[in-house]
Amino acid sequence: MVKKFIERFYVGLILFFLYAPIIILIILSFNSSKSRSKWGGFTLHWYKELFKNQSIMNALYTTLIIAFLSALVATIIGTAAAIAINSMKKTPRTIMIAITNIPMLNADIVTGISLMLLFVAMRYTLGFTSVLISHITFNIPYVILSVMPKLKQLNPHTFEAALDLGASPVYAFFKVILPDIFPGVLTGFFLAFTMSLDDFVITHFTKGPEINTLSTKIYTEVRKGIKPEIYALSTLMFIAVLLLLVLINRRNADKREPIKKV
Amino acid sequence: MKIRNVLNTITPKTPSQKNGAGSLGIRNTKWLSFPYILWMVGFIIIPLIVILYYGLTTNDKLLTLDNIKSILDPINLRSLRLALELSFVSTVICLLLAYPLAMILNKSKMKSNSFIVMIIILPMWMNFLLRTIAWQNILERTGIINTVLKFFNLPMLNIINTPSAIILGMVYNFLPFMVLPIYNVLIKIDKDIINAARDLGANSIQTFLKIILPLSLPGVISGITMVFVPSLTTFVISNILGGSKIVLIGNVIEQQFRIGNWHAGSGLSLVLMIFILISMAILSKYDKEGEGGSIW
Repeated sequence: MVKKFIERFYVGLILFFLYAPIIILIILSFNSSKSRSKWGGFTLHWYKELFKNQSIMNALYTTLIIAFLSALVATIIGTAAAIAINSMKKTPRTIMIAITNIPMLNADIVTGISLMLLFVAMRYTLGFTSVLISHITFNIPYVILSVMPKLKQLNPHTFEAALDLGASPVYAFFKVILPDIFPGVLTGFFLAFTMSLDDFVITHFTKGPEINTLSTKIYTEVRKGIKPEIYALSTLMFIAVLLLLVLINRRNADKREPIKKV
Repeated sequence: MKIRNVLNTITPKTPSQKNGAGSLGIRNTKWLSFPYILWMVGFIIIPLIVILYYGLTTNDKLLTLDNIKSILDPINLRSLRLALELSFVSTVICLLLAYPLAMILNKSKMKSNSFIVMIIILPMWMNFLLRTIAWQNILERTGIINTVLKFFNLPMLNIINTPSAIILGMVYNFLPFMVLPIYNVLIKIDKDIINAARDLGANSIQTFLKIILPLSLPGVISGITMVFVPSLTTFVISNILGGSKIVLIGNVIEQQFRIGNWHAGSGLSLVLMIFILISMAILSKYDKEGEGGSIW
């Protein structure tokens, strides 16, 4: 009993450690005082101000567009690559996996700097496209690594059967393979989207002066004080994701239920 | 922020692979990897060569080792040593916190491990800069901890702008990357092996030392890399929680690039890459399958 209590207490303590800053940020979004360190009473003012603040809305828009486009392109390139890697022989496959691992194991600061130097060496102006290219680069590995396990589970004979029955390879791919690996593709897409959304370091080095994502905007405000609207925005985003995850979890739970009863 | 080891838990365990190369029955799929290969050569390999070029040349395109030697400058050397110390301490703390947690989570009869992963990853949906700034609120001189201490008439704690605050920030930000890989290997350990050990008379400590710990080593090594590399190279955490006085190697490099001193910055990045390469080499030694199968 005592052991069980200690275990529960320990998990609770770690969760408290992980969530305490988030609770503080949510509280700050309702703080009517502009200062981070003073409580001035409850208000919803910042939630209203948020939608009027053009520069924050612009940064949000840029962040979401880059996250969506980079995740989309990475999903297409990554899924295709995963299929090819999966059917490679051992040596080329090992090489490909090793290259895939580089951006995941390398430090963000080195990846960011090396890409920036490349763009500068090519005399390519830093801006929206350079950030997008960089995000696609670090996103592709996440897609490959989430699609690969699904490919390994596939039954190779279904594809052959489709071909034998007269389907063209492309048709067979969309009708037979894609539905089976789709959960992996979807996981890859969402993971890539998240990574892009949360990235600061690589964006910091590869962006031009005229664009800002939410992360880089927050970073410029660290010294002079974060605008409370930002707290409001991140609270909204956090709650949205929380609801989404709860919904997905409940849907999955509902799906599982009938099987258990049988 | 990187989530690397999440994939293992989100994607279900793969059954033993029955078919090797060419498994899908699709021949000629090689061309599907061409866009990827082109992309990786263009935006991974070539950029690394560019950084190597910048690190080894001067403004006048002359070959030099001065950029790399600038690490021997006392200020830079101190920042590297401090970064190594702080990231080492954070990695150890993360390991000590994460291993028991992963074991408890593994033991809990919760069948949906996606729920556990979700709870640990969820904080990452709030921007990591903001979460780190929130720690200022907690640690500040007039912050939450000190307000509580003052209420009970206890002495104030001076944590903000000290190395301790940076360690705390590192542990906070990178703890999930230690928990998830360890948890991932623990859930895959065959319960029969543990039962066999117990049947043969091993007590729980022996079972842990002889069975569980060695089998979980790949996850531990993976976790260590995932915490050590980002801690060693961070400039954001030290910037927000360390004030302007504490300078880590990441800050030095970032500063060199901010003032336009790209050659020196690249040279220092190359030095940093040596440490990253060492961690990668250690990691790949334990990832024997060579496919990331056990790690991802």
